[in-house]
Amino acid sequence: MAVNERDLDHQKIDQIVVSYPNEQRYILAMMQDIQRHFNYLPREAMELIAEHVDAPFSRIFSMATFYKAFSLVPKGRYNIKVCDGTACHIKGSNVLIDQVHKLLGIRPGETTEDGLFSIETVNCLGACAIAPVMVVNERVHPKVTSSSIITIIKSYGGEANEPTE
Amino acid sequence: MSPLSNFEGKMILVCCGTGCQASGSMDVYDAFRQQLADNSQVEVKTYTKSTGCNGWCEKGPLVKIMPDDITYLNVKPKDVPEVIEKTIINHKLVDRLLYRDPVTKKRIQSHHQIDFYKKQHKIALRNIGEIDPASIDDYLAVGGYGNLNKMLNHMTPDQVIQEIIASGLRGRGGGGFPSGLKWQACAAVDRYPKYVICNGDEGDPGAFMDRSIMEGDPHTVLEGMITCAYAIGASAGFIYVRDEYGLAIKNLTEAIKDAREKGYLGKNILGSNLSFDIEIVRGGGAFVCGEETALMASIEGNVGEPRDKYVFPTEKGLWGQPTIINNVETWANVPVIIAEGAEKFASLGTAGSKGTKVFSLVGKVVNTGLVEVPMGTTLREIIYGIGGGIPGGRKFKAVQTGGPSGGCIPANLLDLEVDFDSLTKAGSMMGSGGLIVMDDRTCMVEVARYYLKFLAEESCGKCYPCREGIKRLLEIVSRICEGQGQMEDLDLLEDISETLVAASLCALGKTAANPVLSTLRYFRDEYVTHIMDHKCPAGICPSLTEFYIDAELCTGCTLCVKNCPVDAIVGEKKEVHVIVQDKCIKCGQCVDNCKFLAVKVR
Repeated sequence: MAVNERDLDHQKIDQIVVSYPNEQRYILAMMQDIQRHFNYLPREAMELIAEHVDAPFSRIFSMATFYKAFSLVPKGRYNIKVCDGTACHIKGSNVLIDQVHKLLGIRPGETTEDGLFSIETVNCLGACAIAPVMVVNERVHPKVTSSSIITIIKSYGGEANEPTE
Repeated sequence: MSPLSNFEGKMILVCCGTGCQASGSMDVYDAFRQQLADNSQVEVKTYTKSTGCNGWCEKGPLVKIMPDDITYLNVKPKDVPEVIEKTIINHKLVDRLLYRDPVTKKRIQSHHQIDFYKKQHKIALRNIGEIDPASIDDYLAVGGYGNLNKMLNHMTPDQVIQEIIASGLRGRGGGGFPSGLKWQACAAVDRYPKYVICNGDEGDPGAFMDRSIMEGDPHTVLEGMITCAYAIGASAGFIYVRDEYGLAIKNLTEAIKDAREKGYLGKNILGSNLSFDIEIVRGGGAFVCGEETALMASIEGNVGEPRDKYVFPTEKGLWGQPTIINNVETWANVPVIIAEGAEKFASLGTAGSKGTKVFSLVGKVVNTGLVEVPMGTTLREIIYGIGGGIPGGRKFKAVQTGGPSGGCIPANLLDLEVDFDSLTKAGSMMGSGGLIVMDDRTCMVEVARYYLKFLAEESCGKCYPCREGIKRLLEIVSRICEGQGQMEDLDLLEDISETLVAASLCALGKTAANPVLSTLRYFRDEYVTHIMDHKCPAGICPSLTEFYIDAELCTGCTLCVKNCPVDAIVGEKKEVHVIVQDKCIKCGQCVDNCKFLAVKVR
């Protein structure tokens, strides 16, 4: 079942939101918890936050689009984060991004049709000494190469096409 | 010797920093715990501890055994039975896990004897890798919180401030503003409540010293903040940490809880009049939030946009109240200054920059990791003495300092003594302390493009010069990388850069042109080669690159054939290989893997 077909667990959203006091300064934390649980920030959740802290919806929306951590569309079951910090960059992270595109047909910000994988680039995970680094969900893969990435994607059940031109 | 020397038996310290964890250190840690418990032959008492980052992530997972002072590198779970058998039970070394000196070829027992550590001087990182960050008792055992009592009972707030001023401590987050003066200004404002903030929004790509401190020694950050709270009369503190730093958040949360239980945080700390507590705010992943006014806007629950600073945060900061904001590494220095005195701290460093600085030494260098050296250490000493030089027999080209707002420093300035002022003079900056080493396989034009792309995405869009200027710079540099550049573009780059420096609202925009200006200053010829000859000498810009194999140098080892992800290299074993240009995706795997430097760029 693809992520975007999942029925929203309204109770869970409610539970997260009311666990914080109804003050503006907790908006970011509420959004983070929701994003962590659902892998994205559903509109319903933003509406509920707005109601809870008594702020206009536009304010919540502006924060959700300003901070990079949030996605307004569902991410894949396996979210690939390719680190594009400087150390990773000069050790070839852009090659990895191209390679994921070849293998799965997705560019940063996109999700595969089966909802299995999505990819994003992140600015430095602070693991520069083992660059280039790729994180799939919480698992860190150190010193990834354009060859080893094929094995990694397959290990998550991706039917990675052998690269062809 | 570990400062935790008060124990009998053997202590096994497994590095569980992010770098080592990625290399599987948690499995090693679990293996030690389990097998030591199960092994009836182990007669001594053993303690297995997970520690913070030792800095040498390249060689992880690292395992240290005390009191013997043995350091094992690249330890895998399958090595654990042998270490227990040989080292724990029979007091012998496992040679193959020891560091092998590349020059003398000798195995070295303790990390203290290895150049990478021997040449460092640790203040901010003093406890990291030596103690269990999740244990307040470990921190207390190495003297942590030991001076709070002395300070609360025997020093006036002003004496604390004078001590910090005398130490010459300058903000480690990039600005380099004297911390003591900042505290003094805030203490002078008679308006309450006041706030203390720790800036842990380490956004500079290529820098991870703050993460390591928060993960590996969270209590030192708390102690620094408590000290400041006493000095300025603050009642609440906030630690703003990047949400991506999961382990740092976990360890800090734990540390705050433990510190409260022991009475170092909360109402009437240690029976004094000081009441101060700290909470954690998780960042939303916006680079600009590392800027102090943007960070405060973010804590307040707003979009993280900076404001003009005609009134400093020391007077009007968080929620309009007097606020002190310092970065993680700055806080980590404070307890040492109070404990050992300003004089000792100020005896290290240069005339204008006192103490040490932590650098994250990464990129094209043999020993990557965190290094802490006295201010004034030369780049050559850091990169060659500690870092072990450039791997693969390649040539040093530049070192990038200061993150996206910094600049690239060329080979002829390797003897530069690094401090806040010398780096600024060289057209770069200290920033938070990233040192990214680049070799002849790094294209300087592409590096400029990389930083511009980063900054264009991270510009908050509030002020026009930054929002539009960076985008235009990026367009121009991108077209140079693609072979569409004109010579006039170089003047245009300088012109736009000037406007950015002069007219941007905050430091992000004011320094955004540094990557362009410094590469233009030191590597103009590379820009010219891209524009005039349509070539990328480093072989990085795909549209200007063609790789070929030098028939004279190729030994036919087939390494490149095996590593090529698109099967674009053909050739039998022991025969000269050839690259099929139509298939080549210019990923450079072949160049980077060839041990004979036979793959060339044209």
